[in-house]
Amino acid sequence: MSSTELQALYQELILDHSRHPQGFGLKDGAAAQSHQVNPTCGDEVTLQLHVEPGTDTVTAVTWEGHGCAISQSSASLFTEMAVGLTLPDLQGRIDLFRTAMRSRGAIEPDEELLGDAAALGGVSKYIARVKCAMLAWVAAEHAIAQVDAAR
Amino acid sequence: MTDTTSPTLTGAFSDAELRDIRADFAILGTVVNGAPLVYLDSGATSQKPRQVLDAERYFYEHDNAAVHRGAHTLAALATESFEDARAVVARFVGAADDEIVWTSNATEGINLVAYAISNASLGRGGDDALRIGPGDEIVVTEMEHHANLIPWQELAARTGATLRFIPILDDGSLDLDRLDSIVTERTRVLAFTHVSNVLGIVNPVDVLVARARAVGAVTVLDACQSAPHLTLDLKALGVDFAVFSGHKMLGPTGIGVLYGRSELLNALPPFLTGGSMITTVTMESAQYLPAPQRFEAGTQRVSQTVGLAAAVRYLETVGMHRIAEHEAALGERLVAGLAALPGVTVLGQAAGLHRVGLASFDLAGVHSHDVGQFLDDRGIAVRVGHHCAQPLHRRFGVTSTTRASAYLYSTADEIDQVVDGVRDAATFFGVTR
Repeated sequence: MSSTELQALYQELILDHSRHPQGFGLKDGAAAQSHQVNPTCGDEVTLQLHVEPGTDTVTAVTWEGHGCAISQSSASLFTEMAVGLTLPDLQGRIDLFRTAMRSRGAIEPDEELLGDAAALGGVSKYIARVKCAMLAWVAAEHAIAQVDAAR
Repeated sequence: MTDTTSPTLTGAFSDAELRDIRADFAILGTVVNGAPLVYLDSGATSQKPRQVLDAERYFYEHDNAAVHRGAHTLAALATESFEDARAVVARFVGAADDEIVWTSNATEGINLVAYAISNASLGRGGDDALRIGPGDEIVVTEMEHHANLIPWQELAARTGATLRFIPILDDGSLDLDRLDSIVTERTRVLAFTHVSNVLGIVNPVDVLVARARAVGAVTVLDACQSAPHLTLDLKALGVDFAVFSGHKMLGPTGIGVLYGRSELLNALPPFLTGGSMITTVTMESAQYLPAPQRFEAGTQRVSQTVGLAAAVRYLETVGMHRIAEHEAALGERLVAGLAALPGVTVLGQAAGLHRVGLASFDLAGVHSHDVGQFLDDRGIAVRVGHHCAQPLHRRFGVTSTTRASAYLYSTADEIDQVVDGVRDAATFFGVTR
């Protein structure tokens, strides 16, 4: 009924996160927030980083948005991964994720570092969907840059 | 390999005819993700028959030169091909040859009209009657493609005119009860689409033109989704300007058509300026050629016009009325099939409204990208997203939809495959059990 590639793209973990997203709903007190739009489909996400002053550690990620199963689950999986990381570490994870996403399937995402978000590895074979997976991560990167710039 | 997916008889074509048509389109034999390609994205761009490819190749192998300059034999042959193509397209839409301006695409054609009006409004030539400014109004509809919306937003912003729109009703038709209160003596331009690229509904051009004429407004018709699919007689429709794109009607990319009534084209100052559109040039100023050359600055795309003429001949050989009949049957089958699926909402489904072979739909709980990805896995190509019509989608309370659009080479079997695919997508993504 559907190919193994398609099932690898839409793993149950990904579909679960898209149906029951973590961190959904904006909250006051964020260190920074970023709104990103995928112009090809109109999908959007507003993502907030909540950071513990002094330690630069992410205490929470909150977000709102609408979009496909890939973009929604990716935001949810990002939320899970990011909490507890320092901002420089988080930027490192974003770089790692982007490299895997842009590899056209050549690079498996590092599960040790990216956690369940590594399940999005199948997306990198579908060039048209990489932007979907990157949407929340780009928003987070923009938010990190704002925190840095505010210093 | 033997043909196991022979097309089903539909509309005006016999089985054999449809098979012959499909044989002209090599790409339709492609295998995508292990399945035979089902191409239902012709609303975005059509596939091209070998006759079009052959015409372009022949031109480059025998006649290629720059047009309207040079006195050598090839320059004459190229110019002849270029102008013959114009005549072929003009006849196809019921226009005179000098009423056809070549553009890159329909988007450029609309921008050409908007910027030419803008230039007239700045006093850069043209007829005073075409100047607009504060107090004047430009009217579009809520269903426009961004290409027939943003150029008018920009024109309004540059001139101080006001942009208004005719809303759409829940069934996808225009709210014509409000036509007279929106299109008034203040209206200078009424720009609207012939066939919605999202809804597939054919708009009542006669009603809109009659109102525009009554108030003295210029009409601009977006014929991108009608020229490829319906018999188009622009003179009979009575519009002042019309645009369409070659690539949606079996032709190459990079070629579009702007039609303008002769007296109106010649009452407009140019948009793009440069070589080949002038009579006399001094260091201070220039005199411009009449239309259409006035609007064709710079080295022209020639092979594309030759390809488009071949596409038009192909369509004429098959017969536009037969194509329209074939696609209307596919469109009805598509809408009926989709609307019967649980969770599927077809945008602007309107019984009794004339439609082409195109439908956009929302599958509750599944984003269009995911629907499209699921279908692509079966080799089915559809369009997903907002289809360059965000206001229309907002009107229906959705961000994006999935659009299936057929053409003369599409089969009933392909329509059934996309309907089955959507049903299975609902199961795959767990929105039905």
